Amino acid sequence: MAVVFALPVGALLMRSASDPVWGLQNFRSLWEEPVYASLIRNTVQISLATTIGCILLAYPFAHVMATQPRLTRLLTLVVLIPFWSSILVRSFAWMVLLQNNGIINESLLWLGVIGQPLELIFNRTGVLIGMVHVLLPFVVFPLYGSIRAMDPALMPAAACLGAGPVRAFLRVQLPLTLPGLATGAVLVFVMALGFFITPALLGGRRDAVIARMIQLQVSQLGDWGMAATLSLVLLVATLLLLGASQLLVRSPARRVAE
Amino acid sequence: MTAARLWRWAAWVLTAVIAVYLVAPMAIVVIISFSDSALLTFPPPGLSLRWYRSLADTPAWRDAILVSLEIMVITAAIATALGTAAAIGLASWRGPLAVAVRSLLMAPLVVPHIISGAAIFLLFDSWGWVGSMHALVFGHTALALPYVVATVGAALETYDRRLDQAALTLGASPRVAFLRITLPLISPGILAGLLFAAMLSFDELIVSLFLSTPQLRTVTVLMWSNVFGDINPEISAIATVILLVSMTLLALQWVLSRRRGPSVMPGLGR
Amino acid sequence: MSTPVLELRGVGKRFGQVVAVTGVDLTLDKGEFISFLGPSGSGKTTTLTMVAGLQKPTEGSILLNGQDVVPLPPYRRNIGVVFQHYALFPHMTVAANIAFPLQMRKVPRAEAGQRVEAALKLVGLPGFADRLPSQLSGGQQQRVALARALVYEPPLLLMDEPLGALDKNLRAQMQIEIARLHRDLGITVLYVTHDQEEALVMSDRIAVFNHGRIEQIGRPQALYERPATRFVAGFLGDSTFLAGRVQTLADEKAVVQTAHGVLRGHAATGLRVGGAAIVAVRPERVALLGADDAPRDNTVQGRVSDVIYLGQSRKYVVRLEDGAELLGLQPVGAAGVALSEGAEVRVGWTATDCNVLPAG
Repeated sequence: MAVVFALPVGALLMRSASDPVWGLQNFRSLWEEPVYASLIRNTVQISLATTIGCILLAYPFAHVMATQPRLTRLLTLVVLIPFWSSILVRSFAWMVLLQNNGIINESLLWLGVIGQPLELIFNRTGVLIGMVHVLLPFVVFPLYGSIRAMDPALMPAAACLGAGPVRAFLRVQLPLTLPGLATGAVLVFVMALGFFITPALLGGRRDAVIARMIQLQVSQLGDWGMAATLSLVLLVATLLLLGASQLLVRSPARRVAE
Repeated sequence: MTAARLWRWAAWVLTAVIAVYLVAPMAIVVIISFSDSALLTFPPPGLSLRWYRSLADTPAWRDAILVSLEIMVITAAIATALGTAAAIGLASWRGPLAVAVRSLLMAPLVVPHIISGAAIFLLFDSWGWVGSMHALVFGHTALALPYVVATVGAALETYDRRLDQAALTLGASPRVAFLRITLPLISPGILAGLLFAAMLSFDELIVSLFLSTPQLRTVTVLMWSNVFGDINPEISAIATVILLVSMTLLALQWVLSRRRGPSVMPGLGR
Repeated sequence: MSTPVLELRGVGKRFGQVVAVTGVDLTLDKGEFISFLGPSGSGKTTTLTMVAGLQKPTEGSILLNGQDVVPLPPYRRNIGVVFQHYALFPHMTVAANIAFPLQMRKVPRAEAGQRVEAALKLVGLPGFADRLPSQLSGGQQQRVALARALVYEPPLLLMDEPLGALDKNLRAQMQIEIARLHRDLGITVLYVTHDQEEALVMSDRIAVFNHGRIEQIGRPQALYERPATRFVAGFLGDSTFLAGRVQTLADEKAVVQTAHGVLRGHAATGLRVGGAAIVAVRPERVALLGADDAPRDNTVQGRVSDVIYLGQSRKYVVRLEDGAELLGLQPVGAAGVALSEGAEVRVGWTATDCNVLPAG
């Protein structure tokens, strides 16, 4: 394991300072060349949007899944099917659906909602539709867990005490399920940062992300130094966010326990 | 009360829409794969098996599927054996070294696959392994191992150590106690890990992309190199084949976890 | 005299700096039922696990039928153990659980089947062979655990708080059944419990554990009536303790000067004239004295501060002059002095009903 994994990752990251020659030239170009700045900006924007999309879709879904025992199994299966399916297959499926003469554009044209096909693919829209689809389960499951863990008498109790449904949700359910939501959200954000397949298939040529650039530099440009530098940035961001989320998720949980 | 009802209805409708969003794309790909047309129109004008016949007639597709299946079986076996042994070792091992070993084993779960892939490529390239079966197997095993460690570790955590003690007092040697008591009781965790490792290997694209050559490539790599060209129902057919394998593994996992309800996500429950 | 089934010689167990058990000496004769009684953390369960072989003592030796078993792993000791939470194998049926030790001993299949059936009958569960442990109630699981530990006829049966997880009624019923099994089978039993009533009901002898050592060992009645230390007097039943100083000591009788006058009682060992002592008296030995009653060996005065109705009896608290409290017990319906809170009363007890113990 040390040989097959840790060693090569270390060797790769080393190249950020040693390829083509020893020095900080790679980090300097990361800082100075606008292409890398826009790369990082694109990646963070896409990841943030994906995370927000996942939260908005996952909450009602997980809520129904957790509070309607008769639907739990069915809805679990609905999440598990995409979860167990290859990301490549899922991204391909969206290519089929989103293209100019795909089913979505065809239906909208047929319904007369639009006059000409929407540009749904090879741009941000396509990437987001696909990435939310791929990453949604990672918010749904922890959220489902924390909604289930909530005392089912709490919401009726809040209602009896005079809180309307919106107030009860904001003051009781949301704070209590925040740890699950945060776990899922951080996971999605971190995974989105390193995403490769979906942006490569559904994204625009000019809207590249970090992971795609790493692959390009390794397999086509042979620029190991820049690939390693980008990898280092990506890995450090990943580890920092996961570490921070561990602290973040623990503290509200502790507050609830007290 | 009417406000509450309105909210409930909104949640239900939204849930139904999300469910369709989650499942429909795969369903449509499967349906299109049975089209008799060369266009990706939906619904297909007519149904046929021509794209599956075309897959079967193309040696490259056939080889790729077989390579993927072979790697899946070997990877699942190795990852399960190593991961189970590691989880059992870690379960009774305390101290900073144990933490370090555990972190190392779990690292591939956290490190983006693109980095893992590039790093493993860097190593195997220096050994001249790229394009070999064992390179793909070891690469996949490294990615699958943490899942097995996680599922078996979770099973061991809920396992009651006093059962081992009871077996010892009843006359079982530690080896017999492990084989007759511990192993059967943690086997759901081991099987879950095995299925997960298999799924991970069969669906894996990124590491495989680095380690494949035109002579030896997995089905996902071959599909990848085709989706950038002229996409047609043949790719839908190969996507359906990949889905079929995934769904078979999911079905096995589902049956397995049936008794204990839907708790299927290793590494996430942390 | 034949060799004892179990003999512990100076057994001790340390975990680093922490002493869990120290200097435990004990012999257990064939057919004897002995209980280890004590609060949690007193070392009784640690001692049992050392006998079972699940932990190694750091000092002393453990002899089973005269042979030192300390070097032997648990699976070579042939001791039956019933665990606190039963430890039934959840993936095996009741029959397979009970057959497990027989398989380990390579008992032929047919014979094993008969013995499993006999064991199930013994514990009152015939017809449960094919159930899984999860399909049984707590009491039934307890019986299966017992059958599994008895089926290979071990020379010694260890039970670690086996009734701890059962409710009160079931516990009383199981106590009687375990006592019956012990009597009928003539097995030797070492029983760990923190429930004094349980120990009194079932045991031939009780070893009271405190702070990792045996504080006192003896027959239940002797332990109850003649406790050797304040801890035993307080842990086994209720006692009132009155502090004082020994005036005279003779023929196992002690006279103690206390704040409530001179008190007399049976002298425990470890007392010396002029030394601090504690007078211990059981509530049921205390009598309320009417105006006409003659004084007893020990008589004190005070005011009744609480009366608690218990059904069969009334428990009352007499607050003595210096603020000390004395517990008394009056059978309900008995003739005698009427009890009312706030009343000035005289209470007394005989010297033989009271123990003088070394202080501290």
